[in-house]
This record gives sequence, C-alpha cells and structure tokens, in this order.
Amino acid sequence: MTKIINGNKTETNLCEVCAQEENSIGMGPNWMLQNIVAELFNQSISGSPQVQVTRSKPIQCEQCGFTDVNFSQVGKLGCPKCYEVFEQKLDPVLRRVHGFPTHTGKIPQRTGGSIGLRRQIEELRQELQKAVTREEYEKAAEIRDKIRGLENQLG
Amino acid sequence: MSIKDTVNDARSKWMEGTGADNDVVISSRIRLARNLKGIPFPHFMSDADAANVIHAVRIAAENTELVKQVGAVEFTDLAELSSTERQILVEKHLISPHHAENIKSRAVILAPDESVSIMINEEDHLRIQCLQPGLELEETWKQADKIDDLLELTLDYSFSEKRGYLTACPTNVGTGLRASVMLHLPGLVVSKQIGQIVGAISQLGLAVRGYYGEGTEAYGNLFQISNQVTLGQIESEIVENLLSVTNQIVNQERSSREIIFRDNRQLLEDRIYRAIGTMRYARMITSQEALKNISDMRLGIELGLLKGLTFEKINELIILTRPAFLIKKAGQEMEAGERDVLRANIIREKLSEIKFD
Ligand SMILES: [Zn+2]
Ligand SMILES: [Zn+2]
Repeated sequence: MTKIINGNKTETNLCEVCAQEENSIGMGPNWMLQNIVAELFNQSISGSPQVQVTRSKPIQCEQCGFTDVNFSQVGKLGCPKCYEVFEQKLDPVLRRVHGFPTHTGKIPQRTGGSIGLRRQIEELRQELQKAVTREEYEKAAEIRDKIRGLENQLG
Repeated sequence: MSIKDTVNDARSKWMEGTGADNDVVISSRIRLARNLKGIPFPHFMSDADAANVIHAVRIAAENTELVKQVGAVEFTDLAELSSTERQILVEKHLISPHHAENIKSRAVILAPDESVSIMINEEDHLRIQCLQPGLELEETWKQADKIDDLLELTLDYSFSEKRGYLTACPTNVGTGLRASVMLHLPGLVVSKQIGQIVGAISQLGLAVRGYYGEGTEAYGNLFQISNQVTLGQIESEIVENLLSVTNQIVNQERSSREIIFRDNRQLLEDRIYRAIGTMRYARMITSQEALKNISDMRLGIELGLLKGLTFEKINELIILTRPAFLIKKAGQEMEAGERDVLRANIIREKLSEIKFD
C-alpha cells in the first residue's frame, strides 16, 4: 500500500495474512496489493523486479533452513535468526516499510541483556553534557556518579 | 466465564459502551506480537516446537501475578472448538480470522471478562491482545505492557538490539505493537467527508478500514484505524499518535452530526425511527440491513433521542446477528433466507424488552 512517512512516498507491505487483516478501504486497487514486502525483497536483490537474475545459490538460514527465495514467496521469515542472515537484504525493506529501521522501544528483561543499561548510560551522558554547558556542576557530579554506578553494573 | 459461556454469550467487556468518547469510539485495542528465542516462527515450525510453545506460554499465563491482574485465565486448544465456535470468537474480536482457520497446534488464553486474549501460534508465537470499551488507548497499552512483563517472567523472547522484538512478518518487527480503535462515523459518511479523511489519515502512517463490508463499503459506518509503523518509534509515541488523530476525528464527527441535526433534523429523526420500526417488526433482515439499522439506532442514542436503548444492547445486537452466532443459535447450517428469518426473530425478541419513548 502507498503511504507517506517523513515526506517519502513508499509502496510497501504485507504477507497475505497481514494484507487481509489490514486491508484498507477507499484507496483504490493499489491497496489490495499483497506480498509487496516480498516484491521489495526481490527488488533489493536484483535491482529491478523485471530483471531475472540467475543467482548461483539462495542464501539459507543455518538455524532453520529458510532461504531468501522462501521469503520472497511468503513475505515472512523462518525464525528469529533469519533477521541476521538476511540482514543486508532486509535493511532496505525495513526502511521502506517503517521509515526508520532501528528499534527504540521496549526492551525485555530476560533477553534484553545490557541493552537497557547501555541506553540509560547514553541518556545520562547527554544529560551530563547539558549540565556542564549550563555550568550546573553539582548536578553534573551527581550524574557522573550515576553513570559510574551503571558502568560498574555493566562490568 | 468459561469458553462455553464465551461462545454462547454475545456480550463481552469491550461492548459495554463505557469509556471516554463513547459517543463515537466503541473500543480500543492493543496487540503485541512476541516470539520465543531460538524457535522457528509458527508457519515454519515443527509440531514438537509448536507443542513446546503452547506449553511454555500456558505456564507463563497461569502464573499467580498474572492471574491476580486479569483473573483466572482459561486455556483453550482451538481443536476442541467447532468451526462455528471458533468463528464466534472471531466475531467477538477475541481471535483473528487467520487464527480460526487453521487449528493445528493453536490455542487461545482468555481472561474471564475477555478483555485480554493471548493467541498462541498465530502468525507469531504470542499475540497478546487487550481490548477495552471507549477511547482508552493509554490505559489499554499500560495493561498490555504489564501483561507482557508478567509473561516474560518465564519466557525468553526473541529480541535484537537493532530490530527489537523479532516477528514472522517484517511489518510487525520492532515494538510488535498494533494499536487500533473502532469508530462509529455516520456523520462523516453522510456528509461525504469520510473519503478525504481516510486519505489524510493514511498519509500519517495509519491504516483505515471498514469493519464490516467489502471494497469501499463500510456497513454500519464502523471503521477501524490502526498504526502501520511498528519500528523506529517508541510504544507510547505510537499510542499517542493514534490517540491524537482519533481525537481529531471524534471532534469532526461530532461537528458533522451537529450540522446534520441542525439542518435536517426531521430527515434524521425519520431515518432513526424507521430503523426502529423495521427492526421491531420485520420478519426477514439481511446482515447488511441489520448493520445499517443498528448504525441509525446507535446514532439515535448518541444524539440523545433514544433514552431506553443503551450502547451495550446495540453492540450485543451486532454480534448476535453475525453469521456464526446465528448458526450456533439454530444448531445447524442454514440457507441465507433461513438466516434472515432467524436474524429478524432475534432482533425482535431483543428489542421487545425495550421501551423507546
Ligand atoms: Zn504477516
Ligand atoms: Zn531462520
């Protein structure tokens, strides 16, 4: 479907199931397009969906056996590991679907590892910078101590 | 409420007709997509993996903290339900049509008031859904966030620093969050502003669809708006964005109702009372006609004309007159004509309890 994110018009989207679920009205036949993610994926491999590129071997996920060819057929990935294996091909797809391709939201406790801690430290560093610019030295010292505490937790 | 009650009773928490802006907003929904670490996504997993996922999620959902939050949850293997019963869960918005289609290694966990449902092995290992009446997106998100935390106490979610929560479809990756609202927009439809609004909304990264009906037709003037972008924004931003767009639509809907009521009061009242007349006395009603009349009657409540009728009753009528509910009631498959007769009977019976003037 067509949408505009940050001023960029994008043609995107959806495995068959999601296309049905999110099928929008009043947008003309373009909105009915299915498996566009898959088409995009082909495009980012070959440069153009029209050009048949004979590739020697499909890329395969070592964990689940899913291939990039499977992906372009169904518009879904095989397993979480596929995100790493197809990283290069996925990146432009994610940019076009979502606009910004990096996660900034919630982090799970168990499998998030030190990501939350590192994010917190990064935010505190920016606060520290501001405090220093404003010559709020007492506050800056406080923030610095907090950062040290978190860095110790990181180990 | 047990699953047998769930499939026999049309009522559900989201239909209560309460909550903010309930003159326009019927319900608010938050859905989180989650998958377990190291296991292929449902469309590509082995039966053994599927069974393991069901087992792990069931144990996670039955933990005491979660039960304290949402009540004694009930686990149901979809294979234990008839196809009609599964379809009823779809009609009550408790599972997706996709989940009802394929029953192998699929399950659902429901809270007693049905405001929380967890689909297992749908497109992702878990789809956590929270559904509340009215415009309560922030509250609903908080509830989903909390349930997600509690499930995670014993589940290892698949997550990457760069891409967030990893999902079968790249369209859900990142937050895995789909927020949506269901709106009743007769004013914008009658005043023909709806097309323009749909266009404007879709430019904001949101999707609009008619809840019932095909193509560009939205029977019952019921629309769903949801976010499309799930990656690169934080959850509260996604929720706020949908909330602020919804608030604008609510205001536009109210002002177009006001204008119609001011300029065409008689026409409007005539339309509302004709709907009541048909619904109280007709002997055959198609699903499309029922939805149209239900929309007119709802507008009557919204404008303060029909004091005896409540949003809850109206919402119940919508669900009661859906195809699967009718089949359940009849106890067998029916021809379209037979269905229309049964539908009219049920509507007459429901409305006979109500004093309109
Ligand atoms: Zn999908
Ligand atoms: Zn894989």
